[in-house]
Amino acid sequence: MELIGLLSDGFLVAFEPLNLGLIVLGVVVGLFVGAMPGLGSVNGVAILLPMTFLVPPASAIMFLAALYYGAMYGGAISSITLGIPGASTAVATTFDGRPLAMQGEADKALIAAALASFAGGTISIVLFTLFAPPLASVALDFGDPEIFALMILAFATFVGLSGDDIAKTVFSICIGMVMSAIGFDIISGEPRLVLFDLIGFQSKINFLVLAIGIYGIGEMMWTIEVSRGETMMSKVTVSVERVMGNLKIIWGTWKAWFMGSVLGFFVGILPAAGATPGSLMAYGVAKMTSREPQMFGKGAVEGVVAPEAANNAASTGSMLPMLTLGIPGSPTTAVLLGGMVIWGLQPGPRLFVTETDFVWGLIASLYAANLFAVIINIAFIPLFLWFLRTPFTILAPLIFVLSMVGGFASTERMFDVWLMLILGVGGYLMRKLDYPVAPAVLAIVLGPIAEPALRQSLLISSGDVMVFFNRPISGPIMIIALILLFMPAFQVVWRRIRGKKPMAG
Amino acid sequence: MKTFVKKLLGVGITVGLVSGFTAIAGKTALAWEPVKPIQFVVMAGKGGGADKLARLIQSIIEKHKLSPKPVTPINKPGGSGAEALVYMKNHKDPDHAIMVTLNSFYTTPMRQPKLGVDPMTFAPIARMAEDTFVLWVHKDAGIKTVDEYVKAAKAAGNQWIMAGTGKASEDNLLADFLNAAYGLNMKYVPYKGGGKVAKQLAGKHANSTVNNPSEALGFYEAGTVVPLASFTDERLPMFKDTPTFKELGQDFVYYMQRSVVGAPGMSKDALAFYQGVFKKVYETTEWQTYIKKKSLQGELLQGDALASYWKRENEVHRKMLVKMGAIKG
Repeated sequence: MELIGLLSDGFLVAFEPLNLGLIVLGVVVGLFVGAMPGLGSVNGVAILLPMTFLVPPASAIMFLAALYYGAMYGGAISSITLGIPGASTAVATTFDGRPLAMQGEADKALIAAALASFAGGTISIVLFTLFAPPLASVALDFGDPEIFALMILAFATFVGLSGDDIAKTVFSICIGMVMSAIGFDIISGEPRLVLFDLIGFQSKINFLVLAIGIYGIGEMMWTIEVSRGETMMSKVTVSVERVMGNLKIIWGTWKAWFMGSVLGFFVGILPAAGATPGSLMAYGVAKMTSREPQMFGKGAVEGVVAPEAANNAASTGSMLPMLTLGIPGSPTTAVLLGGMVIWGLQPGPRLFVTETDFVWGLIASLYAANLFAVIINIAFIPLFLWFLRTPFTILAPLIFVLSMVGGFASTERMFDVWLMLILGVGGYLMRKLDYPVAPAVLAIVLGPIAEPALRQSLLISSGDVMVFFNRPISGPIMIIALILLFMPAFQVVWRRIRGKKPMAG
Repeated sequence: MKTFVKKLLGVGITVGLVSGFTAIAGKTALAWEPVKPIQFVVMAGKGGGADKLARLIQSIIEKHKLSPKPVTPINKPGGSGAEALVYMKNHKDPDHAIMVTLNSFYTTPMRQPKLGVDPMTFAPIARMAEDTFVLWVHKDAGIKTVDEYVKAAKAAGNQWIMAGTGKASEDNLLADFLNAAYGLNMKYVPYKGGGKVAKQLAGKHANSTVNNPSEALGFYEAGTVVPLASFTDERLPMFKDTPTFKELGQDFVYYMQRSVVGAPGMSKDALAFYQGVFKKVYETTEWQTYIKKKSLQGELLQGDALASYWKRENEVHRKMLVKMGAIKG
């Protein structure tokens, strides 16, 4: 089979000493870049891009891809141990990873995150190897109506089956939508919602600023209030028995991580989406299909494995449109694409034909990077657990400082540091008034994708809403989304009817 | 004997001191050099068009060690260049702040007069190239010439979709031009970024685009999209069989500058230093290959020549925006 030949040639390239060394280095750097709140893979790749001029292009992209991968693993570490998402892709991991750590099960969460990442990475690379060129045309078939339908589906998974107060969930989504509308509007070409005429609001609110504000600062204030400075993390001891027990539990969640991997991969290959929406959608779907949806948000292992599998799978997926269509599937691949230009490679449908060494070397390096990342990550877990034993009185100021630095590092604007503080207080107040924060975060991520897609679709169709229903891909997605969205209403009606029946009979 | 040695020593020391002194004095007087990292402001987010350009230039400067201090890109993506322009205008250390610009350098200050930015106050470091525009259709449309294009677009009326990058942008100007010149009623749909526009056409979600060659290159090489005519003075070397609109009797050429500017208030010495650096960047094989591969045009323009080029282009853009109704005349 031709594929195996190409892949083994690729492995020969990937296992050259220089390349192997760069892959290991990339994974380690990525792990730390991902774990540092605010840095994230975009910044890591952008900062290190000029260095890659020193090595051949194939080695350079292997290094950066390994870094990208490592950062996907690393992002979960601070999400779980500190409650601050290390990267925007790891936001969904805080939803359940943080509660687990609070209950003294940080080891379980960390191992679950690492193994799920490995599963997501492996499944997606296999899919990538087998179907890369045909999948590129699927990505092309996704026009604006399809993207909008997909975004509605993502919202529906959060609203439809949430056990939370539905009115509050919708309110939270609306707040997020308004915030996502701030900044430059692509359709009218004008800035909008430039609050108080501040120049900082000419660009949209950076997602990491929001995530660190709400999860770093807001949550920390909440924790201090609840615990009154008493340490909340119970001590974690590592024993073989415990590890075996954890492994068994993680294996039991196979449905969540398997679905997360496949979903993440497909969302990743769609231009414009990327790993953050992928992981949030995987979380929503895991909750929807779980036997214990009420445990989500309170420390469900499924809630950790689903988004972690998805964000790694999506990072592989987003390389596909980058290589085959020259369109980045995520912000990080956009920078990688710039790198390919620097190295003199022309991404596009012909890259798989003209640059086989490069393409298959990269694919093989993804297998290698994934393997090294899981080994290195698990080896470091005792270190992270040791870090968690720090008393909360020391940890809290540390988290605060890390949040500040992280907020600044992501955009290098003082404006964003102030914004982050304000958003942090806002997040704390929402928490205090018992509003769910996650839907607002989801709206901020999906809003900027959904809104232009909606308006572009309606522009093309001259305002005809049927464009979402009478197309072969968007139609079914939209109908499923609407059914999910109105599920709670159906359930209420259903219960009424059933409740009345015995009385009538 | 002793005195002679002493004298000789004295002369030697004096000569040494004087020559040393002149060397130092000469250095400070002749060549200004940055004393700290140079901020390279980018009016786009990470991965955007201007960002890729800035990172390419940064890589070239670093590879050839053209600057004693590192050049560090800073992204100011807000408001189609508005945030970056205002940041540059208010910069406290204009000698250490440079920026990559495109044509929003002219149009953004016109459309947002509240910013109080005048592009003519920026320091003219170098125009590194000009990007070109080409009219593209999908190969399945079966359209080979502009005449066939006009016929098909006329028949489709406002159901003919022209995808482009942003509203009141370069692509929008060209779409308006085509509508006016050929009596068409194409519908312009704005997207974020040329890559997305190219994908709309390749996926047949749009009927035509006016992508830069670099944006459509991948699909062109795969044979998915077809160039019909270019908005240039001469035929592009990469598309020898594609006519220019000039040849077809439409007097319309349009380019997008890719320039590097210094913050307003940059000192003369600093400007001279950056002009020297970017002249060297322009001459590197990396930059020359990039120009060729991306089908860019335009020679290096610096100093006064660049300033008068800006003046001319600024007026061209003002007229275009007035015509579009985006600003008042």
